[in-house]
Amino acid sequence: MKGRVLVVDDDSALAEMLGIVLRGEGFEPSFVADGDKALAAFRETKPDLVLLDLMLPGRDGIEVCRLIRAESGVPIVMLTAKSDTVDVVVGLESGADDYIVKPFKPKELVARIRARLRRSEEPAPEQLAIGDLVIDVAGHSVKRDGQSIALTPLEFDLLVALARKPWQVFTREVLLEQVWGYRHAADTRLVNVHVQRLRSKVEKDPEKPEIVVTVRGVGYKAGPS
Amino acid sequence: MSGDSAASAPGRSGGRPGRPVGPGTAASRWRHLFDGDLLQGGVQGSPVVRLVMRWVRRPLLPVMRLWRRNIQLKVVVTTLLMSLGVVLLLGFVVIGQVRNGLLEAKVKASQSQATGGFAVAKQQAEQAVSVTGEEGTAPDGRPSQSVIQWMSDLVASLSSGGQGAFDVVTLPAGGDSGSGRGPRASGGVNPAASVPAALRERIGTGTGAAQSYTRIVYAEKDKGSQPALVIGKQVNDPNGDPYQLYYLFPLTQEEKSLSLVKGTLATAGLFVVVLLGAIAWLVVRQVVTPVRMAAGVAERLSAGRLQERMKVTGEDDIARLGEAFNKMAQNLQLKISQLEDLSRMQRRFVSDVSHELRTPLTTVRMAADVIHEAREDFDPVTARSAELLADQLDRFESLLADLLEISRFDAGAAALEAEPIDLREVVRRVVSGAEPLAERKGTTIKVVGDQQPVVAEADARRVERVLRNLVVNAVEHGEGRDVVVKLAAAGGAVAVAVRDYGVGLKPGEATRVFSRFWRADPARARTTGGTGLGLSIALEDARLHGGWLQAWGEPGGGSQFRLTLPRTADEPLRGSPIPLEPKDSRRNRGLDDAGLQRGGDGEKRATVPVNRSGAEDRAQSARDPLGPRPGATAPTADPTALPGNGARVVARSGSTRMTPGAAPGTRGGTGDGAPDGADLPAAGGEGGDGAPRGAEKDGEATRGR
Repeated sequence: MKGRVLVVDDDSALAEMLGIVLRGEGFEPSFVADGDKALAAFRETKPDLVLLDLMLPGRDGIEVCRLIRAESGVPIVMLTAKSDTVDVVVGLESGADDYIVKPFKPKELVARIRARLRRSEEPAPEQLAIGDLVIDVAGHSVKRDGQSIALTPLEFDLLVALARKPWQVFTREVLLEQVWGYRHAADTRLVNVHVQRLRSKVEKDPEKPEIVVTVRGVGYKAGPS
Repeated sequence: MSGDSAASAPGRSGGRPGRPVGPGTAASRWRHLFDGDLLQGGVQGSPVVRLVMRWVRRPLLPVMRLWRRNIQLKVVVTTLLMSLGVVLLLGFVVIGQVRNGLLEAKVKASQSQATGGFAVAKQQAEQAVSVTGEEGTAPDGRPSQSVIQWMSDLVASLSSGGQGAFDVVTLPAGGDSGSGRGPRASGGVNPAASVPAALRERIGTGTGAAQSYTRIVYAEKDKGSQPALVIGKQVNDPNGDPYQLYYLFPLTQEEKSLSLVKGTLATAGLFVVVLLGAIAWLVVRQVVTPVRMAAGVAERLSAGRLQERMKVTGEDDIARLGEAFNKMAQNLQLKISQLEDLSRMQRRFVSDVSHELRTPLTTVRMAADVIHEAREDFDPVTARSAELLADQLDRFESLLADLLEISRFDAGAAALEAEPIDLREVVRRVVSGAEPLAERKGTTIKVVGDQQPVVAEADARRVERVLRNLVVNAVEHGEGRDVVVKLAAAGGAVAVAVRDYGVGLKPGEATRVFSRFWRADPARARTTGGTGLGLSIALEDARLHGGWLQAWGEPGGGSQFRLTLPRTADEPLRGSPIPLEPKDSRRNRGLDDAGLQRGGDGEKRATVPVNRSGAEDRAQSARDPLGPRPGATAPTADPTALPGNGARVVARSGSTRMTPGAAPGTRGGTGDGAPDGADLPAAGGEGGDGAPRGAEKDGEATRGR
């Protein structure tokens, strides 16, 4: 199993501890403590996942997140000390796939990392349609009229989950479990933010979504194809 | 809330339902009329009358509203009316004076003219007598031809002196028109019609001259009539027979002058009135404009635009008003910005503390977990230490999380993310999460009322946190008995009540359960890892939703915690669908605290239905002071019943008798409750304002607000 993890954190003790835990679980961690150097380190190590602290010296975590997301769809898990709405939502909107609030348990962290890494595997040859989009699950591509649309793995998973059962309305909790791999109910803001991000990429008019339709009071479902 | 809404808003022409109908005196009825009742809906009587009045006053309503709201209009209209009155009075006086003056001169001149004329007539008659002797009259008494001729000559000669200035008319004296001496007149005057009958009578009875005003009527119809002064006297003709001689002085000139004066006065008066109105308008505007500006600025200030100020020019009273107003606004702004700074600082502090504490704590946590994982390799002492370390770190973490959450509430940094959620989902998650603990305690959690969707606009994360807290508390304090979670929706509210049958709450504890770090019995050993902040946070969460979190309990009879949320976020709560005191409380079952059936004296309260109406509720509170039981203490306000606490409590318990089982250790992290239903069952379903009032009167109810 692939397991290169880039840890971007300025707290050396925490970074070292993260290293101990990650190595114990069979990952290959690499470290960078400065926001300014994070992008260079990312290009150099080509990690399979990034653990990113939101509060960094130099460039802050949000900015780093945006830069990495601009050139890669690699899963990003934020480490945040603030569970306040604004911080979390800003982090998610800048491209993070998931977040974990300090203090966390090692098992929780590892489970979250594994969930994100597992997504990038298991290709099954499958062709799906949602709205006027054509999804090639194995090829990991989404096309509208032959035009390919770039999605991050997480957004792709979200779209595939909806497209596989177009008759079903997914509650946020179900999506959290299927796409993010949460066992227990967690923060549904994750779903909201990512649905918004997904819509901004796949919808013709994100104000009037036709691909990912909101079912008021329940959740989301795939639009009619 | 309800008190405010009862008062009708200013400007709304609300009906006045409370007005006595029957024995109003006539005076008061009139006063009502002048009050504008007639136009404001105070009409009483038959529906037809009311209908007609409504129809009549409908088009007047905007005018009435403008009248009530616009002081400038009021002042201008009043000024116009008053100056109109003054001008009219003045006009009448002036016109009267002018007329008197004009007529006096005319009358004097006319009188001398007429006196001269009468003398001439007398003289001519005497001359005629001396010329003709006694032959003037025929033996049969008819006037001779010569007298008739004489009289015509007389009229012609008398009138020749004043062509246009006066006319002369002779009329036969008395009623003897048959004597042949017919009426004569100069200048084409109709003699009979121009002299008023009253004057003729007066002259016929007296000897002197008399005068009157009349209108000259001309023989030619199309010439019209004109006002005149008529002076007449009875004189004798050459035969010695009396006849009446009249002088008619037309007053056309005077009338013209008078109407000129009238016209001038009217024009001037109109100008004066209009100008006064305009002046009043301008003057009032000077005062009203700043007042209106102040009102507008005050409104904008209260809407949060704190930098709004009034324009101040000059040093007069209005300017002083403006300055004082601006000073007030500035001080307000200063204070508010100070508070905002404080809040921001605290928020910042919380955030920083949060970060600074959490990062090392994360390291410690991970290290402890690694050590904990490896504890089997250690000697027993170290292994046990590793366990303790891990356990206490859990507790430390949850305490820190709760503390930070509370300070976030205190700093006003908590934000509500409301969206429509089905509370049944939340309850299901909470219950399944609490199952492991319930199994350990041997408790069954039942969910009631989940057949229908219970949807409300709420923050699922917060509601779940509240309910988890309530359910876990209920299981922990339920002593292995069942826990019932009840859902309901009615009106604009949804509610979840969590009922347990454990140790319950002691009197007065129902509010204190929400206090921070409060414990029912400090000496009691702590078996569960509560932080003591759970219910405080839950209360804040409820309050953030505009909802209520309330507790009820009786010693040994268990307790019920009820969360009530408005169905939509901006809707105020009026009541709860679930009564705070459960139906199976001792009081409702008619049992006393020892669980024995209550006996006769005054225990009717037990039969009071749980869902009382508002009226019954009031009756209930009215009964309360009587003291339901011997030994009842006077109600004392709980010191925690402060607005910030959200609790309104009067502990009102007379329960000195207590079950033996209930006495030791009422519940820990939860609380207390007035035993005999100090709660407010009627809060739900009555939909009125009974709930808050009742809550203050006799409830342990806690209101999240």
